[in-house]
Amino acid sequence: MNLDLLVAILMTVAGAATPLLIAGLGELVVEKSGVLNLGVEGMMLIGAVTGFAVATSTGIPVLGALAAMGAAAAASMIFAVLVLTLMANQVATGLALTIFGTGVSALIGAPFVGITTPTFGTIFPEALTASPLLRLVFGHSPLVYFGLILTVAVAWFLNRSRAGLILRAVGESDSAAHAIGYPVLKVRYLAILFGGAMAGLAGSYYSLVLTPMWAERLTAGRGWIAIALVVFASWRPGRMLAGAYLFGLVITMELQAKAAGFNMFAPELLAALPYLATIAVLAIISAAKRGGANAPACLGKPFRAAA
Amino acid sequence: MFETNRRRLLAGAATLAATSVVGLPARAQGKDKVKAAFVYVGPVGDYGYSFAHDQGRKFLEKELGDKVETSFVENVAEGPDAERVIRQLAQGGNDIVFTTSFGFMNPTLKVAKQFPNVAFDHATGYKTADNMGAYNSRFYQGRAVLGTIAGMMSKAGQGGYIASFPIPEVVMGINAFTLAARAVNPDFVTKVVWVNSWYDPAKEADAAKALLSQGVDVISQHTDSPAPLQAAEEAGVIAFGQAWDMSSFAPKAHMTAIVDHWGPYYVDEVKKLLAGDWKPRDIWWGMQEDILEMAPFNDAMPDDVKAAAQKIVDETKAGTYEVFTGPIKNQAGEEKVADGEKIPDGDLLKMDWYVEGVQS
Amino acid sequence: MMLAAPVIAVVLTLIVGAVLFTLLGHDGFGAVVEIFVKPLFNLYRWQDLLVKAAPLAMIATGLAIGFRANVWNIGAEGQYILGGLAGTGVALATLDMSGSWILPLMLVCGILGGMVWAAVPAILKTTLGVNEILTSLMLNYVAIQLLFYLMRGPWKDPEGFNFPQTAMFSADQTLPMIVPGTLIHLGVPLAAAVALTAFAVMTRTITGFQIKVVGLAPKAAAFGGFGAASTVWIALMAGGGLAGFAGILEASGPFGQMVPQFPTGYGYTAIIVAFLGRLNPLGILAAALVLALTYVGGESAQTTIGLPSAATGVFQAMMLFFLLATDILVRYRVVSGRAAPAPKAAAAKEAEPAKGKAVAA
Repeated sequence: MNLDLLVAILMTVAGAATPLLIAGLGELVVEKSGVLNLGVEGMMLIGAVTGFAVATSTGIPVLGALAAMGAAAAASMIFAVLVLTLMANQVATGLALTIFGTGVSALIGAPFVGITTPTFGTIFPEALTASPLLRLVFGHSPLVYFGLILTVAVAWFLNRSRAGLILRAVGESDSAAHAIGYPVLKVRYLAILFGGAMAGLAGSYYSLVLTPMWAERLTAGRGWIAIALVVFASWRPGRMLAGAYLFGLVITMELQAKAAGFNMFAPELLAALPYLATIAVLAIISAAKRGGANAPACLGKPFRAAA
Repeated sequence: MFETNRRRLLAGAATLAATSVVGLPARAQGKDKVKAAFVYVGPVGDYGYSFAHDQGRKFLEKELGDKVETSFVENVAEGPDAERVIRQLAQGGNDIVFTTSFGFMNPTLKVAKQFPNVAFDHATGYKTADNMGAYNSRFYQGRAVLGTIAGMMSKAGQGGYIASFPIPEVVMGINAFTLAARAVNPDFVTKVVWVNSWYDPAKEADAAKALLSQGVDVISQHTDSPAPLQAAEEAGVIAFGQAWDMSSFAPKAHMTAIVDHWGPYYVDEVKKLLAGDWKPRDIWWGMQEDILEMAPFNDAMPDDVKAAAQKIVDETKAGTYEVFTGPIKNQAGEEKVADGEKIPDGDLLKMDWYVEGVQS
Repeated sequence: MMLAAPVIAVVLTLIVGAVLFTLLGHDGFGAVVEIFVKPLFNLYRWQDLLVKAAPLAMIATGLAIGFRANVWNIGAEGQYILGGLAGTGVALATLDMSGSWILPLMLVCGILGGMVWAAVPAILKTTLGVNEILTSLMLNYVAIQLLFYLMRGPWKDPEGFNFPQTAMFSADQTLPMIVPGTLIHLGVPLAAAVALTAFAVMTRTITGFQIKVVGLAPKAAAFGGFGAASTVWIALMAGGGLAGFAGILEASGPFGQMVPQFPTGYGYTAIIVAFLGRLNPLGILAAALVLALTYVGGESAQTTIGLPSAATGVFQAMMLFFLLATDILVRYRVVSGRAAPAPKAAAAKEAEPAKGKAVAA
């Protein structure tokens, strides 16, 4: 395999993995705080359409990405108010958020169908991307680097910072955390807000970087894959990074194999593989760690302040 | 009864290429105004297949003015939902209902039986009834133009083809593209990547990138999003639009596009209803009848390529060029079609084998 | 208040929907009238509503049994597909046979197909403690790929011009119409019967009591000898079985064959229906009709006032948002009752369905 091909493959892997990583890290923090938000796909679509609309209107892609984060974070607040303040069921509310995001993004996006947008360039000077190996290091969209930095930041936050410790405590035992005096609802509000912003940013990665356009259901179900990856990663940022890139690698290698003329698998089996693997990982870690699976103990449960 | 319909279609297709009249006239007297309804499988905002049908609807409104009133329902799932929508449209006083996706075939047939006084037209299927016609476009004629351009402009002699599902229409398109490309460059190879989706922009873009890294310098697609074009634009190679002129997404890469121009057929059908001589037809039209067009050629295309591409268009319209003319070999190099023979329509419509030069 | 919350939610949806769509440049009031009012005055639309509502009600009934026991099966979509596939397998094997035994066999296999698919999360939950929300969700995607594979390969109609779908079912494999000359097939009364039976089971039998107790007070349930594992099994078998049943009823009824487009999100919509119906089988019947109304009316609104199809989704989401929000009204009375003597408050708190609780791990 020649170097150019190898670099091209790895670049594609990074491109495919990055939005899943960013949205997944957001959802990971949400779930670590004890909340399950199934609205990732809806928030990604809201982010994708808002990012596209703002970028085409202003001509500045960065503004688009920021607006995408803001709009999706706003949408996540609908979810937060319902499940935290009004203690609504998280599964149902998350599903409703996805349905909402799908519909609203289609309505907002109608005038933006059929046009393209200014996109993010690379951040490094052209000279640094001249050779294949340099391109592999410096030739990516800024969001690819952001994804890597975010992984480190989230890992540090959860494992090393005091705030992260509180967040995990809230996710493991909300009543105990409350008894100690931690603001359970505030922590969860902030976590959901962060998750929303990251989902929005991931959505804008599709409409501004990977496929600079808007069309209904642009993200084609990637939000659900991000949720699956959080579980696959057993709620650890490092494994989230590995999982997202592994997923990107599998997808890319499948396409590469087909392009090279190898069609050895039933494509359906390959498409089902990430989900089967996630179930297998869940089963294995649950078996190894009877009863826990590293899942935050309060995941999905509402919190009532009065104990 | 489906059996007879299938045989009838095959027999009809074998003897009479384009038009076979099925059944008896359902309605005799003319009308002052026709209400026409359209059922789409995707959103009109897909900028692909359903979008093109909706442009046909708009063309119909423009051509016939106040003689026609149209409406549409988008995002209709194929199955019982479609049946409900079609029935609702039939009950809603529409004179004709166009159902524009293959999966609407059986629902359309069911409703057609219940509403003998309403006309139905179903796209890309094979069943008809006394008040239900079938229509389809010879998309492969456009693929032959794309293949000619690809064969002449590709330096690598390799084209990438992003395909959705291995149904006959897609297989036919891959074969037509490859045959035309090999007619100008006998060593041309078409590398096919199946993405198993009609619409998944991210995956289509990644498929294009995979093909590009394997050395192809032409991208063609039978999926609905402009994502492969954008990937081609970024890589500086050429590509073609799908269903509609997509040059706005890739001004440099976009050489031309197969434009699904359903409008003239819709006008023809409604005019027949107005005149009172509508009969269900089973038509497979193409460039000759103007329901298939090529988008304007890109200025970057060399003159000899433009001329060769235009020649294919002109000869197709004149009826002197047919891409599926022998000798045609299959992938194993065995001769499937003898010199000078043409593949009959009935065989094309269920094509499931690839010609030599297709790598899939 | 049990009744008031859904009614308030629907009314709020209508008002906010009208305002929102007016702001978006559509005919907001017209949209509400077209979607929610006009279909109710048309006998044909009522047939559509019943046919569309039947599978939703049936799936939601099964899910509600699980939700009440705090078992969060969100894999009904996959179980619905497997039910359809299992019945289709029977149909394809008996395509050249005739006999009145074929259709019942298809229906039974459909139920079993859904149950088998739901058994995977049940086994993982009861033996390893794996979260059933996640496993059942993942299996939806696996089921879709299995469907695609069968349609593209082994089950493709040999005379279907190489299109990926099965042959049409024979007359002996197709659901009969209950009311001649209408669209009301056998699945409609079956869905109603299932919901009524579930209502009776939940209110009148030990099993129903067990499910409720396990959901409301797991510790008390264990004390009373009700096993958590058996409850998980009951919940998932009810959910999977009914989703599978709905699947084969759709396949052998309105579809009359199996196609790749078979799954249209009923499994997810049914979750909304279950909540809109407040996890009560009778409420679910009403909720299924309301949801069906948004689809049927939404289609009308597209043709009459050109409302985009995306609007239907926005209305559905708003309705669920408002219902979940107004739920607090029901709960608020309970919380305010905490000032009352302790035993009563505790009892009231326990009695309130623990809707939000999902058992992790």
